[in-house]
Amino acid sequence: NKMYCEVIKAPWSSNSGRAVVCNNWLFAVSSVCSSFCESKFNFKKCKELCLSFIQDAMLQKQWKRAAEFLTFYVESLEKDFSREPVGASEIIWRIGSEILRHHPDSSVKEFNTFIEPMKTLSVKRYLKVCLEHAFYLLHNGLIDEAYQNLSLAESWRFGEQTVIQDKELKLIQAYLGLLDYYKWSKQKNILLEHGKYLSVEQEMHSCFRKAAVNLKEIIKIPGVWDQFVKCYVDMLEFYGDHNEARQVLNEYAYNPKFPANPNAHVYLYQFLKRHGESKKSLISVLKILHDIVPSHELMIDFNTMLQKSKKRKRRRLGLEVIFTALDYAGCKENVKAWSCLARQMKQIKHLAWIKQEWNSRKDWWPAFHFSHYLAKKNWQENESLSYEKALVGGCVLSENHQQFGKKVKIVTSLAAFFEMLPKPSGVSG
Amino acid sequence: MFTCSRAGRDFKERCAQCSEVNWGLTDGGRFYCRSCHNVTEKITEVANTDFTSNIRIQTVSKGLRKQGKTDGGCEWYVCEGFQFVLRKQAEALEALGVCPQMKDEVLWNFWRCYLQKTKQAYCDRPAGETVKPLSVCDSSTDVDSDPERLSLLYSSLSESEGDLQTDCSFVSSTSKVSESTSVHSRSGSVDGSLYLMKNPKEKLRMTMPMTLSFCYMALLWVRETMTLSELLRFVFEGHIPYLNVFQHFPEKMKLRGPDIKIFCVESWPSYEEVFNKMHELAAFLDLPRFPDITDSCFLHPDMLCMKYLMEANLPDEMHNWTCRVVKKTCIGEVDFLTLVPGNKSTRKVKYDVLAAAVIVVTTFCVLLISFTCSQPKMCMFYSDGPYFELKKWYKVLKCTLDVEQKKLDERRAKYLWRCEKPLFYSAKKKSKVLKRRQIVVNLQNQFGKLSGSVKPAEKPNPSSFQLSWSEENTDGSCFHGHSLKGILQEKRGLLTAMNPRYWLCTLKLCNEKLCGHLAHYGEADFPQSYHFVLRLFSFLLRIEPSYIHDEVCMIEHKLFNKKLRKKTKYKTGPRK
Repeated sequence: NKMYCEVIKAPWSSNSGRAVVCNNWLFAVSSVCSSFCESKFNFKKCKELCLSFIQDAMLQKQWKRAAEFLTFYVESLEKDFSREPVGASEIIWRIGSEILRHHPDSSVKEFNTFIEPMKTLSVKRYLKVCLEHAFYLLHNGLIDEAYQNLSLAESWRFGEQTVIQDKELKLIQAYLGLLDYYKWSKQKNILLEHGKYLSVEQEMHSCFRKAAVNLKEIIKIPGVWDQFVKCYVDMLEFYGDHNEARQVLNEYAYNPKFPANPNAHVYLYQFLKRHGESKKSLISVLKILHDIVPSHELMIDFNTMLQKSKKRKRRRLGLEVIFTALDYAGCKENVKAWSCLARQMKQIKHLAWIKQEWNSRKDWWPAFHFSHYLAKKNWQENESLSYEKALVGGCVLSENHQQFGKKVKIVTSLAAFFEMLPKPSGVSG
Repeated sequence: MFTCSRAGRDFKERCAQCSEVNWGLTDGGRFYCRSCHNVTEKITEVANTDFTSNIRIQTVSKGLRKQGKTDGGCEWYVCEGFQFVLRKQAEALEALGVCPQMKDEVLWNFWRCYLQKTKQAYCDRPAGETVKPLSVCDSSTDVDSDPERLSLLYSSLSESEGDLQTDCSFVSSTSKVSESTSVHSRSGSVDGSLYLMKNPKEKLRMTMPMTLSFCYMALLWVRETMTLSELLRFVFEGHIPYLNVFQHFPEKMKLRGPDIKIFCVESWPSYEEVFNKMHELAAFLDLPRFPDITDSCFLHPDMLCMKYLMEANLPDEMHNWTCRVVKKTCIGEVDFLTLVPGNKSTRKVKYDVLAAAVIVVTTFCVLLISFTCSQPKMCMFYSDGPYFELKKWYKVLKCTLDVEQKKLDERRAKYLWRCEKPLFYSAKKKSKVLKRRQIVVNLQNQFGKLSGSVKPAEKPNPSSFQLSWSEENTDGSCFHGHSLKGILQEKRGLLTAMNPRYWLCTLKLCNEKLCGHLAHYGEADFPQSYHFVLRLFSFLLRIEPSYIHDEVCMIEHKLFNKKLRKKTKYKTGPRK
């Protein structure tokens, strides 16, 4: 659920180094020189060395050892690291959190005890630490505690820092919105199960109002807010505000300021489908999805829709869609995809279309889909897949293209199909 | 410290030197003559070290001698702090077995001389500078039981107190910073900030590394069995106070601001730094020729070679060869080895590095150690024991060195630099510092518990030998008794090296003063065998291999002096 990923450079020069990824956070460690000369090891170098021991231990999941070395590292806090891009307090916060997340003897109580001083150590980082703390609590299923923490953080004010940390504040509010939605959703279930209770309804409505305000705010900011959008739309649909919901989803999918996000189109498509929108609007949404993620599983539905269309253009598009989907490894073993293609190929009257599509693929599809090895494997593992593939393969692989002129006969004999496959050197089928 | 109690005025005898009756009282309870600084043997019955009750000082220091307002500190001077440090170090050295004479006589005399030369005490009031009354606040010392404690004279105080009063405004007259005039209202050393402002090159300003220079100088004077590398190693291992010594300062000596910069160090002193400062110091103090280093001294290359050969697990037989190299290069001469301060023409001798270099040269030159040359695969035994096999030796020592490296790295990673006494630069920062300290302590406790049951890192016992090899070990890892016969051969009844060819490290030596090194030690230029041997001695001496390389080059040049001048077929290049 992390909305950001930071790359932080270590305070020392990273002219040579390993990079360690730790909980979305990357830091580079320069290999500390190995020398017997003690005078080379001043305070700073000793702490660098200590840090490298900590990181080694963490990479090997030796949490006790990491904790041990951390005890020797923490005195760095007393040294002013203000010139460094990443100071001791940040390092200690992140490493300490990581150790406490994984250490067998750790507990939520331990974590809470640890995190409080971390918040105060740096005013500039206050909200960020609060946010991470809330994530930890959520991860451990402590929703109420997380909510309390986030509320507290939301009310924090510290002069211009509040302005500087605006992003974190918005995130905090967004998560509060999400948790309000969660509460709302629980109330909703009670309502659906037990019927109307005034108190429940009122509470539900107040949750909705709080959630709506925060969620609406955050999805205004260009970004990837899938979960937030879904929750917001869910609430809007429940209260019947379809217009608002549609507007939100449209914004999310089509606003050019927002990063290209296939999910946005999926959500929009699902919404439109739910509300019985016209084929035209559905197709236009899926078309965009096809452009962004040609291998998406919805492409199969798309093809099915297009196949049935009366319009030539759409049927043509359907063929293109399904071929493109099968270009990707994701659909290789998708029986439905192959059966769609097979079905369409049987129905198609315009052989030129198939030739067009096959033209750019004839060099590599045989090895990609129709190798001897794959054929055997498919046959052993999944007969229906094998069957559908054989149908398609039979069409495209046949030497005599004249056959296309007639109605393509179903190749019932798989042996014949096998005959068409490029033989591996030496071994016969 | 010299306090002038009433007792001083009561003492009416005439001074033996100058016949004046003008007595003051030292902290040691002895009378001193203010005119000629002659110290008597007479000890007063009443010894009162509490300077604040001293009348003379009270009249003198109208503002200067106040007790610190808020924290009960007293006023003290930077050199007093260093004196305390030196005392602690000397005591530690004595505990390690150094002769008491070093501490009681030699070191103190050097220190006193230094103070005199830098005009911090023991001298006439220098022109233009003002008097700085000195004291050592150490109420913990029992005066009568410590007669050897160094006392600092007042600068020759003029008889009339009027002069002193004007002189006590020294701060305003010498300092450029006006804020330090309020120095007596703030605790910490009196002259800390002035001290830091002084040009460091001028008159050898005292620093923490220099305390070790003093120690080493004294050790050298008494020809103690401790080399500089050993001294420094004891410092690294914590047997000699260095880091955080100030936390043992008496309660009343508080550290603030600039004092922290002076006394609180965050790095270990380097061999070079201590060594060079020592020589500067010796010259500065106008010391005479040091006691001779003869061949019976520990510091003589023959003796040190024996020690290092044992530590390096090399055969005892090699000692004959190292002695021959020493003799041939004349580095065993008394005049070469003995320090004559101020003599710029002779090379300053690093006894330990020199001995290590001799062994390196012997190993490669005389024995032509080549790791690639064919050696009998089996260990050949003659009636007098096994032959020395280089490959086996290499394996054993490499293993040992790797283990030691790991141990050292862990020790460094676990080193705690902060002392228990929290330091703060100013009263303003005090609360912040204390808060941080509390957080640190809490974190240490929390994660300490999560460390599981871990033994605290043990301080190694002080030992002269870092590596020891016992012939009783059944794994045959001790090579002391091995014979070199396998490598040498008999030639006309004499054992000579099998191959007299030798590859020099470098044809021409650099000018040390210009570029800091005699020769340049580059990774690519030498074979792994050479790197390894240098690494071994780098470990034993805890210095960079390049310094050993310098000495090796120097010895090579001495050894092949004639041949070099002839400029025959000896070439430089990668050595076999």
